[in-house]
Amino acid sequence: MKRNLYRILGVFIFFSLFLFQPNYILAQTDQTQRIAEYAEDNQLCFSCHGQANYYYQNDWMGKKVKERMNPYFIVDSVEYYQSNHWKFSCRDCHSADYGEFPHSGQLRMEPKFACLDCHAGDEQYAKFNFEQIEEDFHKSVHSSKHSEDFTCWMCHNPHSYKINARTNENMADFIQYDNEICLTCHADISKYQLLTTMENPNVLVTHNWLPNQVLHFKKVRCIECHTQINDNTLVAHNVRPKEEAIKLCVVCHSKESRLLASLYKYQFTNERSITGFSNEAMLEESYVIGANRNYYLNVISIGLFVLVFLGLCIHAFLRIIIKH
Amino acid sequence: MSEKIYLYPVWIRLWHWFNAILCLLLIFTGISMQYSDPALPLIRFDWSVSIHNIAGIILVLSYICFFLGNFLTPNGRQYFLRKGIVKNLIMQARYYAFGIFKGENPPFPITKEHKFNPLQKFSYIFVMYVTIPLVVLTGIMILYPEFLVIDFFGNKALHITHIIHVIMGFIVSLFLIVHIYFCTIGHTPLSNFKGMINGYHEIH
Repeated sequence: MKRNLYRILGVFIFFSLFLFQPNYILAQTDQTQRIAEYAEDNQLCFSCHGQANYYYQNDWMGKKVKERMNPYFIVDSVEYYQSNHWKFSCRDCHSADYGEFPHSGQLRMEPKFACLDCHAGDEQYAKFNFEQIEEDFHKSVHSSKHSEDFTCWMCHNPHSYKINARTNENMADFIQYDNEICLTCHADISKYQLLTTMENPNVLVTHNWLPNQVLHFKKVRCIECHTQINDNTLVAHNVRPKEEAIKLCVVCHSKESRLLASLYKYQFTNERSITGFSNEAMLEESYVIGANRNYYLNVISIGLFVLVFLGLCIHAFLRIIIKH
Repeated sequence: MSEKIYLYPVWIRLWHWFNAILCLLLIFTGISMQYSDPALPLIRFDWSVSIHNIAGIILVLSYICFFLGNFLTPNGRQYFLRKGIVKNLIMQARYYAFGIFKGENPPFPITKEHKFNPLQKFSYIFVMYVTIPLVVLTGIMILYPEFLVIDFFGNKALHITHIIHVIMGFIVSLFLIVHIYFCTIGHTPLSNFKGMINGYHEIH
């Protein structure tokens, strides 16, 4: 009888393990099935600009010559078709004259589009408030210290950038994606020194003061502490000098956590959830001490504390008046 | 002149006061972090984190000392429950609720063999062998989150661990208040406190 009971319990525990397994199977996005209207046309460009080397017929030498592609002109076609701009033909943004090969030398003078050339004043993009983003960007240390050298493209490569926060259900993924944008320069001296002669500080050393550094790097984005939040934009772009970075823990670790206006801006609602947790949106991915309090647990604990304290006071009072 | 019996050897007294200081540090810094407010900081958050972490690690070592001390010395027998525990608990509770005010003698007088009355024994066992191990275990998991059983609980692992840690911490806080109050029930209100300093218990 007892053995049977153990067997039943064993089977129950075994199947429970399956019930508790997290859902690792990510929903397949349509990204893998994207077939761009201009894919064939674009493939002509990718045949050279998607490779480390390219070939051309050198009429002077009368033979086919192999040349190395400038690394800044290489576009990863896989990344491109996963990016926000995947629907575009290369020649929507670059001159139609690029259709001719070898390209004309004149095309080197072609001005590059800036983000607002397409995104400004368009109702379709009104919710992103690109005009405000640009204004904030110009106030940022990136723009003010490096003037025109620093453009939107430094962080948002038009050939690969994709919005994440609103579309990626896996928060860890989009935090990593966003942080890698910063680390592309701040953890790579060769890129960092394209814009400055300053020594690139070691991010791990400069953040030594942060308790549980690895967890912080995984759970929040650099911009949470290094930007000034603007309520009119979904993502803060006013990157402040390092002296102005937030180092006060309670700014995030409190009920009115700053994370609600930044990282959790998309999920945030003012209402307390049915489970009683404040700022429950955070609980999907983490637990922020000070920001995630449970209303019911608070009420029960305060109630118990008051009852115990009152009980002891009455007991002490009776002991004193009975003088025992 | 009251009768005195030697109840608390040096190692227990040292461990007790050391443990008391650690628990107070952990409770105050824990409350400060859990209810952190930029407008009303009890203790600076980063200080709280550091103090809580260091005190927590020392508490683990202190608990190992307590466990080994009770395992290797006869003091461990004080935590064995006697038969008829429910009846004894009710008798002791009745004494504290009514008998004490009528001048009755305690139903379980303190002796060298039985240092704790049934209520003390029950609460000490609950705190030292259930609450503290849980608070220590969850504390270690929070301090080293990579050891969390994420595969089993998914993203909620950190959340569940924190909730258990906070609830256990609250139970320890309540225990501390009740423990301090009941220590005033002795030969004089301060005699039990003195006993934990000089090792001698004054018979009530």
